[in-house]
Amino acid sequence: MPDFQQMVRERLRDCGLAPTREWEIVDELAQHLRDRYESQLSSGMNEEEAGRAVVAELDGRDLAGELRELEERSRDPVGLESGEVGRFWPDLWQDLRYAARTLRLDPGFTRVCVLSLALGIGANTAIFQLIDAVRMRTLPVKHPEELALIRPTNFQTTGRKSGRYGYVTNPMWEQIRARQEGFSGVFAFGDQDFNLATGGQVRNAQGLWVSGEFFDVLGIQPVLGRVFHASEDHAGCGAPGAVISYGFWQSEFGGEASAIGKTVALEGHPFPVLGVTPASFHGADVGHSFDVAVLICSEPVIAAENSIYAWRHAWWLAVMGRLEPGWTLEKASAQLETISGGIMQETLPPVYQAEARTAYLGKKLNAFPASTGVSNLRREYESPLWLLLAITGLVLLIACANLANLMLARAMAREREIAVRIALGAARGRIVRQLFTESLLVALLGATLGIVVARTLSSFLVRYLSGEGDVRHIFVGLVMDWRVLGFTAGLAVVTCLLVGLAPAITITGAAPARVMSLAGRGLTATRERFSLRRGLVVAQVALSLVLVVSALLFGGSLRKILTLDAGFQRDGVLVMDIDFTRLEIPKQQWNQFRENIVERVRALPGVESAAESEEVPLGGSYWNDQVVVNGEVNKLWVDMGNITPGYFKTIGTPLLAGRDFNQRDTSTSPKVAIVNQEFARKILRTENPIGRTFKINVYRGQPQHEYEIVGVMGNAKYDDLRKQFEPVAFYPQMQDDRPDENGEIIVRSSGTLEPIVGELRRAMAEVNPAIAIDFHSLSQQIKDGLLRERLLAMLSGLFGLLAAVLATVGLYGVMAYMVARRTNEIGIRMALGAAPRRMLAMVLGEAGQLLGVGITVGVVAVLAVGRWAASLLFGLKPYDPAVLMIACLGLAVVAVVASTVPARRAAKLQPMVALRHE
Amino acid sequence: MATTQAILDRELKKGSAELLILSLLEGRARHGYEISQLIEMRSDGVLKFNVASLYPLLYRLEKRGWVEGQWVEKTGERRRRYYKLTPAGKAMLKEQRRTWADFVTAMQRITGVSHA
Repeated sequence: MPDFQQMVRERLRDCGLAPTREWEIVDELAQHLRDRYESQLSSGMNEEEAGRAVVAELDGRDLAGELRELEERSRDPVGLESGEVGRFWPDLWQDLRYAARTLRLDPGFTRVCVLSLALGIGANTAIFQLIDAVRMRTLPVKHPEELALIRPTNFQTTGRKSGRYGYVTNPMWEQIRARQEGFSGVFAFGDQDFNLATGGQVRNAQGLWVSGEFFDVLGIQPVLGRVFHASEDHAGCGAPGAVISYGFWQSEFGGEASAIGKTVALEGHPFPVLGVTPASFHGADVGHSFDVAVLICSEPVIAAENSIYAWRHAWWLAVMGRLEPGWTLEKASAQLETISGGIMQETLPPVYQAEARTAYLGKKLNAFPASTGVSNLRREYESPLWLLLAITGLVLLIACANLANLMLARAMAREREIAVRIALGAARGRIVRQLFTESLLVALLGATLGIVVARTLSSFLVRYLSGEGDVRHIFVGLVMDWRVLGFTAGLAVVTCLLVGLAPAITITGAAPARVMSLAGRGLTATRERFSLRRGLVVAQVALSLVLVVSALLFGGSLRKILTLDAGFQRDGVLVMDIDFTRLEIPKQQWNQFRENIVERVRALPGVESAAESEEVPLGGSYWNDQVVVNGEVNKLWVDMGNITPGYFKTIGTPLLAGRDFNQRDTSTSPKVAIVNQEFARKILRTENPIGRTFKINVYRGQPQHEYEIVGVMGNAKYDDLRKQFEPVAFYPQMQDDRPDENGEIIVRSSGTLEPIVGELRRAMAEVNPAIAIDFHSLSQQIKDGLLRERLLAMLSGLFGLLAAVLATVGLYGVMAYMVARRTNEIGIRMALGAAPRRMLAMVLGEAGQLLGVGITVGVVAVLAVGRWAASLLFGLKPYDPAVLMIACLGLAVVAVVASTVPARRAAKLQPMVALRHE
Repeated sequence: MATTQAILDRELKKGSAELLILSLLEGRARHGYEISQLIEMRSDGVLKFNVASLYPLLYRLEKRGWVEGQWVEKTGERRRRYYKLTPAGKAMLKEQRRTWADFVTAMQRITGVSHA
């Protein structure tokens, strides 16, 4: 006997029936076919004939089509029965399927809706994901909530500061470890790049100094080998080894277990690899990762003569601790405060002058929450990110307004149908839910696609933040965690409400009798609902104005910074970092060696001029001190640096008076200095300081030289383009009695920089291949320093443009709808003699009104929220009149374009055609 | 006879087959195969409902609440789904019968065709 069940099942495959329902139908129909088959056999047919007859009966009609139609009809959108409690889920399912069908019927509309929501929700999610990564997510260690950062409440320090978190000195850390009571464990860490190459081009690894307790207190177990423990960490520990990160293990050792025991060369010193940390662990610094962790006590090995391990005025470590059970941050802070006095007394830097001593002794230690680690990135980017979130939020609002308008238009087309249903007794609540289900579905689709958009955008942003090459090392771990997904889901719900609310209220609020009595030629009855659509457009225009203004402000800020006169010429300058520590040249020859290198560089083809400088603009490395004039310490801090002759020509800063340094300025000649205009004006209060003298407010015990000013240079910015000019003093390199084994040589070239790099590489290799070198162009360095401004300008520009496009579409939609609705009216007017030009004016006037109200509201909004952005702007006020004017004009142009098409359509209407229009 | 048959054919296609089914269920519950057999038998083979048109129709009537299906298992037999009229179905049958009678009478008056 044939398998009748299978036969039926095959024909029901595409019906989309619920499984139990399908099973019942299969059972029943198969039973019928079996009965028929048996009766055919008993009437004398053979099996084959009987089988054919049964199949013919089954295929006599389109069974699947009939059933599908039946099921769909039964899923009628709004039944007459009102929602009983028990019907909630079945009804919801029914609503969802109905909504899906409606959306499928209009793929163009659905695509526009889903895409604009995906962009809006995606942009929001991407920014939120970054905020989550740098602000909200706790460190991936055990009980992060117990972690606290221990640091002085006052950041002001005198001495040498290095690393991103130079909160304490090593002697201070040792005292904290010995005296604290509120923590079950404390640890210290710092950061420094280590050169892995043993000569030639520098290859940096991100280094992490750690105390022996670091991994144990954080609760980090190695995935391979072992981590450090407290017992290994003691002065004179040498180079016991390095713990490497998972990423470094993969990239340098191919993830091989044999990595343990191999060595890594850090600044030329071999360190055996002891262990590998888990892939999820990137240290306690959010925004940066690490490659190699070495013990703090190994610092003297790596830094050799320049070691700051024992320095009491070298700030390079951060201290964190895990709270003792039962201890709170307040209690721990109180304990730290009581021991602060003793610690400061014990570690007072002997070199400090009176003022610095007082400040140091007054320092108080405190504990600060650190479950989310420490982060400079957070400090720099948190407010821009929140601002960007606000901007993307507005974009989403505009997209919602657009969709609400589209949905409203669709709902109005179904107005009569719904009115009939209500008149027949359908519950309004049920209809509202039906309408909401549609927007819920659109929102869900938008959110799903939005997550894809978010992933792309956020990883692009992280790449953008990381900069090119290994210059910045910014590391942001992006994870789609419950917070991000929750945020996206929340957005979807809010979107659904915003999009669905207007149509739902409007449609169900209408009196059925009135709606049904309206023919297509309604003129005034729909006015109030039409005004809701106009309100939405006004809101769109207002929000767009805010976004366009913000785009112009951030773009303008960036342009101002990029084009401001920084006092030097940024193009055509190459910076070469050199480090000749490995050559082991006697200290007294260092200055001469460097001078020789500069001479050699100058002689290379393509090099216009070259000089050495400790103070490359915006290079981030300089020292500052106070100066003593006529025996009095001046309150102002002066940026200082050593340079070689030719610096001013190379960097493009004018020498305004006096002379440049020259070969006669040697270690034995009188000390000389060149100062800038700010120095002359603010410290010496003169325009012509040539011949005047000053001293540096040096540490106790250091020789205090008197410097004679031999030249005045133009003002330039060395620290931050955004800051005002500050006093600067330069000294000749040859007179430096504390030279370094490294430095920066700046090279100006009239041509392109790439060939020069090759020449320099060759020249340095000829001098000695063990010299470590690295290159970057000054303009790139400046660009890298303006990352935040570039990010804000780029994203706000992008979102401003998106907002303007959405608003244009919205305005066009409403104007086109207005013309369509008033076709009759326009026909009557034209039949009565109105000129087409007047119709054009009428439509444009209407658009102008919407635009006017929108812009007015927008300007008020800009004035209200502008101050939030003030701190992120440069050279522009948040309510810059020119910017406001341009934004308004821009939107006005866009509005005219958007309404011209419908206006021309109105003007071209033939009165007779218009009057016949239904 | 033939003309009435043609009308019936057309009307059936328009959906008056509902009347047939409701009538057959009056008084007792029947399963689908039985209904199709009865229709074929009582119409002397003139009306035939194949499985692909009968069941969708039954389900439609069920959805409207005019008939009610129920699985019944009798000893020694396979389980079958029996359909019976609901009170609403009874009312509808009465209504449809009257409409049908009116329709046929009207047709006869106009066309002059009669059984007699």
